[in-house]
Amino acid sequence: MLEVKDLYFSYPTGLEALKGINLTVDDGEFLAVMGQNGAGKTTLVKHFNGLLKPTKGEVLVDGVSTQDVSVAKLARNVGFVFQNPDHQLFSETVEDEIAFALKNFGFEASVIEKQIDWALNLLDITQYRKTSPFMLSGGERKRVALASILAWDPKVIILDEPTIGQDHQQKEKLQQFIMQLNAQKKTVVVVTHDVEFVAECNPRVILMTQGKILVDGKAEKILTNPKVLAQASIVPPQITKIFLELADLGLPTDVIDVHEATKILLNRLRNRS
Amino acid sequence: MVVIETKDVTYTYPGATKPSIENVSITINKGDFVILTGPSGCGKTTLCRCFNGLVPHFYNGKLEGTITVADLNVADHKIYQLARHVGLVFQNPENQLFALSVEKDVAFGLENFAMPRDEMRKRVDWALQIAGISELSERPPHELSGGQQQRVAIASVLAMQPDIMILDEPTSFLDPVGAEKIFEVLSELNKKLGITIILVEHRLDLAAKYANHVIVMNEGKVALTGTPREIFTSEKARLIGIGIPKATKLYQHLKQNGVELKAVPVTPEEAANLLREVLNRA
Repeated sequence: MLEVKDLYFSYPTGLEALKGINLTVDDGEFLAVMGQNGAGKTTLVKHFNGLLKPTKGEVLVDGVSTQDVSVAKLARNVGFVFQNPDHQLFSETVEDEIAFALKNFGFEASVIEKQIDWALNLLDITQYRKTSPFMLSGGERKRVALASILAWDPKVIILDEPTIGQDHQQKEKLQQFIMQLNAQKKTVVVVTHDVEFVAECNPRVILMTQGKILVDGKAEKILTNPKVLAQASIVPPQITKIFLELADLGLPTDVIDVHEATKILLNRLRNRS
Repeated sequence: MVVIETKDVTYTYPGATKPSIENVSITINKGDFVILTGPSGCGKTTLCRCFNGLVPHFYNGKLEGTITVADLNVADHKIYQLARHVGLVFQNPENQLFALSVEKDVAFGLENFAMPRDEMRKRVDWALQIAGISELSERPPHELSGGQQQRVAIASVLAMQPDIMILDEPTSFLDPVGAEKIFEVLSELNKKLGITIILVEHRLDLAAKYANHVIVMNEGKVALTGTPREIFTSEKARLIGIGIPKATKLYQHLKQNGVELKAVPVTPEEAANLLREVLNRA
């Protein structure tokens, strides 16, 4: 679905943000892009919907080079939810916000109405239908931004720091929701620093540092490798930290999930006593 | 010594049909490190705005009850008078930054206090260094990444060395190592300079160990107050749905299965030590 070939990108200021990225994301895959601030994560994903075009190399979305297509056209396939919802929201009501893209894509009024209802309900913001997005809290605005993208049902959904400003319950919902999208064979790309969130979803992870991909693999492999994590300014999840501290007792060190952790500890205690 | 006190505070934004916070009565002592948490839209940010006078002076609306901050009645004092005591780092750094260079942004508050130039230079450099952004001093804030902007916002409040610092999710855009550094800085300011810290936070995994006082809000009201350990193991907190650290969750899962650790861990280190004891005993 997404193919990145030897991608280099420099900002007009001369800052070289990406230095030779190679990456393939399959249709229906769930990828988390992690790494330190300024590593190039957002710069990379902005290439997936053509907001940025390669300085060198190539990015293909569904087989088509982003050089050849407009952002507007790519958007039908690739929905991008910004880190800061204020970069995205502009309408007077939540409902108008969601309707905006649907109208631009030429959907019929009845379909638009249905999609708005569906998206509002999905993100638990139906009560704000007629409210101005700017009256809402940060977390709620984020959900409006997400609703407005999901409403047109793109194949690829890119979420830049979706958990920021979300409370615990919303985060759990969001997590279920992302898993659900993924189960429906949507390709999901999440840029995030939230290790606990990634630990619970256990997606494929790429770890970036200084414009390059440091390592690529399953979350349970990467989040339990403190050496690589340190290079990308990421700390292991709390559960992993506990097991790393207890490594000398012969416990496994590749544990990221609290339920699995409980099971391992109980087994160990029962076998001993 | 009490530094912030609210008595039966109820506040309604102009045009709103119901209050955003209702009958809020809390006490915060000098030198406290407070975590203020609760579901989004529960009134945390509104409560913070009461502490530096944005509510009611900037937002207007209807305020009932009394708010006392550093012995000043908020309703009777101007925002700039309160600003000498209370610094607020906004949730969204872009709403706070406006100058053409990072150091100008950091110096802005000090200029308004008419601080002598030499002292201002020192303060700005100090704040930039603590926030870990000395090398960004000449850069325009709007060209920086979200995480870098967050540090600039923190530095600009730090430079004022307020008695009370309120931070509304100040590390949300930062990578975990960056977030830990900021929490360490806050903890140091809290311990060494006695600055009262009020941290609005959902990610309790990283922040919990620094706090001595947790306030949980729900639907505009104060639902719970207590120490982190009290709050994280409370059934009510679980029902409201606050993000309990995984170390504490592990404790709870083990307890449900008949294994009770000697104390309630908040950090992985504490959990590991407690587990080590049990595992060695078995």
